[in-house]
Amino acid sequence: MMKKAKNKKIDRSGPVIFSSIEPWAGLNQALKLGRSELLDVVRDSNLRGRGGAGFPTGVKWNLAAVANDEEKYIVCNADEGEPGTFKDRVLLSELSRLFLEGMIISAFAIGAKKGFLYLRSEYKAFLPGLNKEFADLRKNNYLGENILGKKGFDFDIEIRLGSGAYVCGEETALIESLEGNRGEPRNRPPFPVNTGFNGHPTVVNNVETFTAVVHVVAKGANWFKKIGTEKSAGSKLLSISGDCAKPGVYEVAYGISINDVLKMVGAKDTKAVQVGGASGICLAKKDFKRKIGFEDLSTGGSVIIFNSKRKMLDVADNFLKFFEEESCGQCTPCREGIPVLIDAVDLIKSGKCDKAYLEDILSLAETMQLASKCGLGQSAPNALVAILENFKDEYKLSKKPREEKLFNV
Amino acid sequence: MAKVCAVKKEVNKDGIKQEVCDETRAGLLPVLQEVQDKKGFISDKDMQEIADRFGIHPVEVYSVVTFYSFITDKKEGKYVIRISNCITNEMAGNKNIIDEFEKTLKIKVGQTTKDGKVTLKMTSCIGMCDEAPAVMVDDKLIGKVTPAKVKEIIKGLK
Amino acid sequence: MSSKPFSENTSRAPISQRGQHRDEYDKNTLGNQVKVVIDDVEIKVPMGCTILEAAQMVNIKIPTLCQHEDLDLAGVCRMCVVEVEGQRTLQSSCSYPIYAPLKVKTYSPKVRRARKNILQLLLRRHYGECYSCSRNNNCELQALAKEYGVGTYKFGHIAEPRYEKDLSSYSVERDMNKCVLCRRCVRTCIDLQEVGVLEAVGRGSETKIATYLDHPLAEVICINCGQCINRCPTGALKAKDPAEEIWAVIDDPDKHVIIQTAPSPRAAIGEEFGLPAGTSVTKKLNTALKRVGFDKVFDTNFTADLTIMEEGTELLLRLKKALVDKDKTVKLPQFTSCSPGWVKYIEHFYPDKLGHVSSCKSPQQMFGAIAKTWYAKKNNIDPSKIVSVSLMPCSAKKFECERPEMDDSGFKDVDYALTTREMAGMIKECGLDLPNLPDSDFDDPLGIGTGAALIFGATGGVMEAALRTAYEIVTGEEVPFKKLNITPVRGMEGIREAAIPIKKAVKDWKFLEGATLKVMIGHGTANAKKIMDMLCKGELSDYHFVEIMACPGGCLGGGGQPIPTSPAIREARARAIYAEDESLTYRKSHDNPIIKQIYKEFLTDGPCGHKSHELLHTHYTPRGKWIGKKK
Repeated sequence: MMKKAKNKKIDRSGPVIFSSIEPWAGLNQALKLGRSELLDVVRDSNLRGRGGAGFPTGVKWNLAAVANDEEKYIVCNADEGEPGTFKDRVLLSELSRLFLEGMIISAFAIGAKKGFLYLRSEYKAFLPGLNKEFADLRKNNYLGENILGKKGFDFDIEIRLGSGAYVCGEETALIESLEGNRGEPRNRPPFPVNTGFNGHPTVVNNVETFTAVVHVVAKGANWFKKIGTEKSAGSKLLSISGDCAKPGVYEVAYGISINDVLKMVGAKDTKAVQVGGASGICLAKKDFKRKIGFEDLSTGGSVIIFNSKRKMLDVADNFLKFFEEESCGQCTPCREGIPVLIDAVDLIKSGKCDKAYLEDILSLAETMQLASKCGLGQSAPNALVAILENFKDEYKLSKKPREEKLFNV
Repeated sequence: MAKVCAVKKEVNKDGIKQEVCDETRAGLLPVLQEVQDKKGFISDKDMQEIADRFGIHPVEVYSVVTFYSFITDKKEGKYVIRISNCITNEMAGNKNIIDEFEKTLKIKVGQTTKDGKVTLKMTSCIGMCDEAPAVMVDDKLIGKVTPAKVKEIIKGLK
Repeated sequence: MSSKPFSENTSRAPISQRGQHRDEYDKNTLGNQVKVVIDDVEIKVPMGCTILEAAQMVNIKIPTLCQHEDLDLAGVCRMCVVEVEGQRTLQSSCSYPIYAPLKVKTYSPKVRRARKNILQLLLRRHYGECYSCSRNNNCELQALAKEYGVGTYKFGHIAEPRYEKDLSSYSVERDMNKCVLCRRCVRTCIDLQEVGVLEAVGRGSETKIATYLDHPLAEVICINCGQCINRCPTGALKAKDPAEEIWAVIDDPDKHVIIQTAPSPRAAIGEEFGLPAGTSVTKKLNTALKRVGFDKVFDTNFTADLTIMEEGTELLLRLKKALVDKDKTVKLPQFTSCSPGWVKYIEHFYPDKLGHVSSCKSPQQMFGAIAKTWYAKKNNIDPSKIVSVSLMPCSAKKFECERPEMDDSGFKDVDYALTTREMAGMIKECGLDLPNLPDSDFDDPLGIGTGAALIFGATGGVMEAALRTAYEIVTGEEVPFKKLNITPVRGMEGIREAAIPIKKAVKDWKFLEGATLKVMIGHGTANAKKIMDMLCKGELSDYHFVEIMACPGGCLGGGGQPIPTSPAIREARARAIYAEDESLTYRKSHDNPIIKQIYKEFLTDGPCGHKSHELLHTHYTPRGKWIGKKK
């Protein structure tokens, strides 16, 4: 039976992840369907990755399944590091059996014999519980050789800890970390589904994606598509925090508007909402009617709420300093560009920034968004650009052109 | 590529054998994490011996050690307290928490107490934004920290 | 790009980033050609070809910085980004393999803005001192800045140096203030050379290229090969330049300044004066050096011939000990010892195998010993007034001449080792137009070298020279190759082998009749590592002689040669060297009349005799690879 929610105060309910399900219904159905039909179900369900990038899961699994290699890997990305995201924390501590079931289903689908659970070091406290879960699974033949009697279906999972690097949440940086290297993202193409861990086809999916897929397989693609919107099937776990009465993890169907989210958590006097964490979208009041979904506000789940007392440039500063700390440092636009943006925020706050330099900064932001090697550099300028656009009343540009000596670094 | 490292076969509580150490360089991080756990840092001697074991160069081990925040080449305190600087923590007033820690431990963020017991650091989001302000004490996640709770936490460190 | 991978599988780059060489495409491809449209030029390319390579095929220029022909891909500088239709983000053309039809724009507005912004970011960090930099006018960052019309520092510029320079090494100097973090040196040292001294350390904007625990370069296992210098796009890495000190002794009337020149600089120094790679300027260089002010201009090839006499004899003596005396302690195969980078490599990584290395000094050091003894005496010159300078393609020679044991003449055998680049600088200081100077010969008596000596500069050259002599000593006949060109040992493949059957032998060497001499050649220390691992596994037990050069291509690709370097440039220099060999009168070391003379007059107990051992042989220092004191 599904484990009781640890935090009894919060009622965990939702259309997919927190809905009830018979134990092992997903895996049993997967074995009944066989690989080919299983892959069809996942593809037809329109399930997309829940970690933030939103790549169609069925397509990813298919590519790995057809890849010509004996050795394949499943990796569960539990390196939840995006500021404001803590939904996987709930899954890891309360629903671990479900996402492990999802990994096993995935292994069956693509023909992998080994999997990794990449757990961020900040969640090391969940390790004993997870280890116990693993031991249980092995004892009962859900992991190991000939799983559930299916001959040749061997699969086991190793837990690997992260070591404090947000960038390792990026799938190729994660694989680099697994290989014992610095967590520096790789050139893509080729993609992990073809060339992943040690050069072998590797499926990297978020914890929530593996959890959702169990429900999808057990209850069918059509059931799943009925939830959410036409372009965004299913639900999303949102981790909501900041200026609101009831912060926490909520499961919502795609298509919910920000206004409704704010109502749900008792947020008052909201000035801005950051959807998708530091690398996400900063919304002003005029955008609160927008909806959560891949066609509008795509997110890994982080929702941070700011009331009218917060200074948005300070928020931008916090986010940029986060990226500066976490940037891997290999590519020029990100490594060198983020400190420039941080200095620019200081300049703007002190009123010494003129219009010409602001345009230079926005041009730099565009270059970072387009030319950085990975998503970290590409999304680092997003919050600042949105804040500068939407909160013009919080800063004033200088009429004097900037002085040369301000620019000795 | 890399050479063989000693593959540890651990037997967990239920008597099930698990291979813990990878034979190739892929086993590097688990080994570093283990040494960090046991000794609190990776020493010069350890780095060179680990490099030798994996058949890679010492500077490559040094490069990996300096990349990750939770692995250090300098000795840290017996307890490491990490205060999250996530925006939600700032909004929840983690400045008071930082001040309280600094005052009580008599060190600044980034330093270790003279008796080598406690290192105080800032860290990025630790996934406790709904219980901000939050800190990590070694592996434990502690949310809704108040200045009073800070004193409790420090007292609890033996 | 058209050559096979220089050394396979030594890269620790992730598999997705390893450069795909053209030969590999043909293996991978389904025989298909993919249509690509670059700007408005349509082209068909093999599958797996990168956008950059496709553009180069149709002469469309895309700027690059971290990309280098010899190295695996990095894709970190982002200068080469282009717009690919259908993709929101710009893609780095150096690392984007083409598997499906593409439309690419290489200078759309977004791309142009990106290039300018990225350059501005690089210039923000780069503490450029262009006026005083050794790479002034030959710097890739300068070239990019000029090409993309950088006017002002839009995002500021670093006002103070962040790091202290590392001047500890005799050979390589590091100034990380000029580093643009292209990672070429890392890829060179770890992937290409497998020495492993430099890596990126730290994270984010604190990233820097450093040695293990930031030890000074002289205290880590750097072998001084200088391959990193050759590939660095800026002045962050340079060789230690003794030009000022050499000017001082040239200007000192009391000093007798002699210079020996190696073959590789002669085949390459023309590049510093605008001549195409592979233009040999030996005789013009002689004139230039005399005009610069050197009292005598000698030929290192003379002592290269001497090295062949000594080392060839040493090999034959080892063979005799092994086969006739059945002495089990004799170490075979014998390894060459003229590459100081290779010597330091084996001292660090395989110190227990030092017994295999020939005890012969390198030609440079033999020259130094002879110059301050035989030459000084013959010409009534006080050896304490002789300043012995060498012109070498090599940065490790600077370390070699400082080795404490290199003083058998009673003085420091070689005082200064100059690189090709530094010599070009001195010649330019005099306003001399090297390409248009008249020819002149080397000075006597250390001025005659054979073609065998000359080919030392190319990988396989020492082996070929040794065979030309050793074979004739043993069989009484010339090597059975047309024009004495032993082609099986030539070429740029990383590891090569040859087997020379000895059908007939003269009296003294009868024990070798019927034997087959098995030799191996390797260049680049990654291949040295492979060969040494074979040795450790016992796979070389039936080999007799192995030549190893630390630098890819051999000395012609040395750390002191003109920058840039590429497979094509090295091949051109090799062609020049082999051509010059064929043009010389003497092609075998033992035919050199001065060699005959020195053994008659001076080294009277013959090769490997007592006097030779005193002056021309050396010992090595087992250093091991532990860095710092082992506790």
